[in-house]
Amino acid sequence: MRAGLCLLLLVIAPGLQAETWGGEPTEDGRPPVPASRLDSTADHHKFAELKVPLETGPQVTRACLKCHTEAARQVQESIHWTWDYHQPETGQRLGKRNIINNLCLMVPGNEPRCTSCHTGYGWEGPDYDFTLEENVDCLACHDTTGTYVKFPTGAGHPPLEDRTFQGELIQAPDLNHVARNVGETSRETCGACHFEGGGGDAVKHGDLDSSLLDPPRSVDVHMSPQGGDFSCSTCHEFSGHRQNASRYHINADPQAGIAIPGRRNERPSCESCHGHTPHDPRIHNKLNRHAEFIACQTCHVPELARGGLSTKTLWDWSTAGRLDEDGNPVVETNAEGRVIYHGNKGSMEWAEDYPPEYRWFNGNMRYTLPEETINPSQIVNINVPEGTPRAEGSVIWPFKIMMGRQPYDKVHQTLLPAKLFGPEEDAFWTGYDWDQALAAGVEAAREAGHEGLRFSGEYGFVETRMYWPVNHMVAPAEDSLGCAQCHGQDGRLEDLPGVYIPGRDRHPWIERAGWWAVGGVSLLVLLHGALRLILYRRERRAIWGR
Amino acid sequence: MTEVRVFTLFERFWHWAQAAIIFGMLFTGLEIHGTYQLLGYDLAFSTHVVLAWCLIALTAFAIFWHLTTGEWRQYLPDYHGIWPMVLYYTYGIFSGEHKPYTTTPAAKHNPLQRLAYFGFKAAIAPALWLSGLILLFDAWWRGTVVDQVISFAAVAYVHVAATFAMMVFIIAHVYLAATTGHPWYAYLKSMITGYKEMD
Repeated sequence: MRAGLCLLLLVIAPGLQAETWGGEPTEDGRPPVPASRLDSTADHHKFAELKVPLETGPQVTRACLKCHTEAARQVQESIHWTWDYHQPETGQRLGKRNIINNLCLMVPGNEPRCTSCHTGYGWEGPDYDFTLEENVDCLACHDTTGTYVKFPTGAGHPPLEDRTFQGELIQAPDLNHVARNVGETSRETCGACHFEGGGGDAVKHGDLDSSLLDPPRSVDVHMSPQGGDFSCSTCHEFSGHRQNASRYHINADPQAGIAIPGRRNERPSCESCHGHTPHDPRIHNKLNRHAEFIACQTCHVPELARGGLSTKTLWDWSTAGRLDEDGNPVVETNAEGRVIYHGNKGSMEWAEDYPPEYRWFNGNMRYTLPEETINPSQIVNINVPEGTPRAEGSVIWPFKIMMGRQPYDKVHQTLLPAKLFGPEEDAFWTGYDWDQALAAGVEAAREAGHEGLRFSGEYGFVETRMYWPVNHMVAPAEDSLGCAQCHGQDGRLEDLPGVYIPGRDRHPWIERAGWWAVGGVSLLVLLHGALRLILYRRERRAIWGR
Repeated sequence: MTEVRVFTLFERFWHWAQAAIIFGMLFTGLEIHGTYQLLGYDLAFSTHVVLAWCLIALTAFAIFWHLTTGEWRQYLPDYHGIWPMVLYYTYGIFSGEHKPYTTTPAAKHNPLQRLAYFGFKAAIAPALWLSGLILLFDAWWRGTVVDQVISFAAVAYVHVAATFAMMVFIIAHVYLAATTGHPWYAYLKSMITGYKEMD
């Protein structure tokens, strides 16, 4: 009898459930979600546009744009699309399209590789149509399935069939499935490019890597599920597909305070949530006073690369080109498995859990642009944080330093781009010939609009330095820096110029004269006292005989 | 032999409280300066600031007391008797001579003391106080025109230099005031009990 009842329940239970949740199972086999629980007012599974077979990225975009009519134009105005940024304070033309760095040098000539992180499809060279709306890649940012991927050398296209890259199988995504499951951006979508910058996980930034997908609280209080469980866009708010943050032009001294609807908003600054006086004032309010001229990150991001992945600290191109007997590039790794030498790229160094460097910073990054002449007898700063000690708007900020040795033109005294990627002989990773690769790189850069760039044919390698502002991996308050880490000898701010730091600084003359005086008067007092004591005893002996 | 009260209760409280605060500030101040690490910078700094405010409060009382009682005149330098005092400390004290000065309630300090205390009150203490307050309220003038006129470093140098001067004063003062009476501890005793034996 009881068995029969159970059987009956089993039969009717799924029906009950279906009735309760009020919907038919979707064609993906997903259980339906009650309308009131959906994050969106539209269920993309129901859209006819997404039911027709979608074979390519641009086809997906065309389908998206049928409803989201302005989306592509919005994206095309953003730096994620243009890779072009006019820095209003320095007047420099920056952005990935314009700068040269000391990682993979420069975009022109290497587009299919570099532009695998472009929010578009098909940027393969200088003729790319930046106005074609179907070229915008919606899925790179809005995929929620985790299956969408842009092929590493595909100029932003996903693989249309399963392909391998460096021995790793990369599966072609089911674009219909991905398109029907679009949603908000996530750490996975942002991280696909921002964690992988510089050619791999954790390479570039030192404060952005895949450990932020699911970090423990100790690594990132905001993003940890045990902490705020923020995604990137919790702080990096987008409006009309644009957002404020830029490492070329940081709001180093946000004054708007806590972001209140209807008031000026300066996200993603720390202050837009925490305000200007986040610390318990205690007796002297010194921490809040410090916050007036020290960036929050300086104390609250105590180390770089804290998530268990090392970050690249040096890239020496000058040693690149070693091949084995079979003509394949020599590859050497360290104990952690990080590449310390690669025939394609040269020598590298890595570091983990190490202190950043600190500089005065007013938010403006000044670059040594490819057309600018350099002084190769000293380390060339690829970029420099601008700022004035103790001045209004300048704060002490942490930076990851990326050192490099990279090609420069000995005659024109400029840094040089190189064609690295491609099947042609003039690509360094194919022909291993700097002369050809540099000539091709310069040619590509000229075609891309850098007409001022020339290659004399004489090249050398120059030491370079790059500053990467540190903002992420904010530690729990109890792990932030203590006073003595800066207020002391050999501390974090040992090299910071332009400011007297109690505990670190002293005037050599005052110090010397002061201790001599203290020592001198002490000695005088001791001698004086000793003499009195001796005379007193002698006198006492003379009188009393003892 | 009679006992005379030289130091009032307030004077003794003031002296010893000030001594405790100054030693506390010196101890924590040197740690802030980076001379050693004992309390930890955070605690050293907090303590230094708290003691600074205690000293300000104490000094406010002391100034009021000195002004209302007229005792401030005790610290006016008296150049006449200085030379005999210097001679006494450099020679007479060894040969058993009598001190060329007798403490009375109306004139508590010998001419050398007057000069030393006047120097402390008129030069060393104000230098420490002023520079200390300017440093403490750095946030008010950072980045303003004031920053161009007086640099933070210059103020800090004054504070440190005055600290050394104070250390020199303390060493000499403790030795002279605590051991050169008759008997040797006579001054120390009178600063504790308030009373001094008069011949």
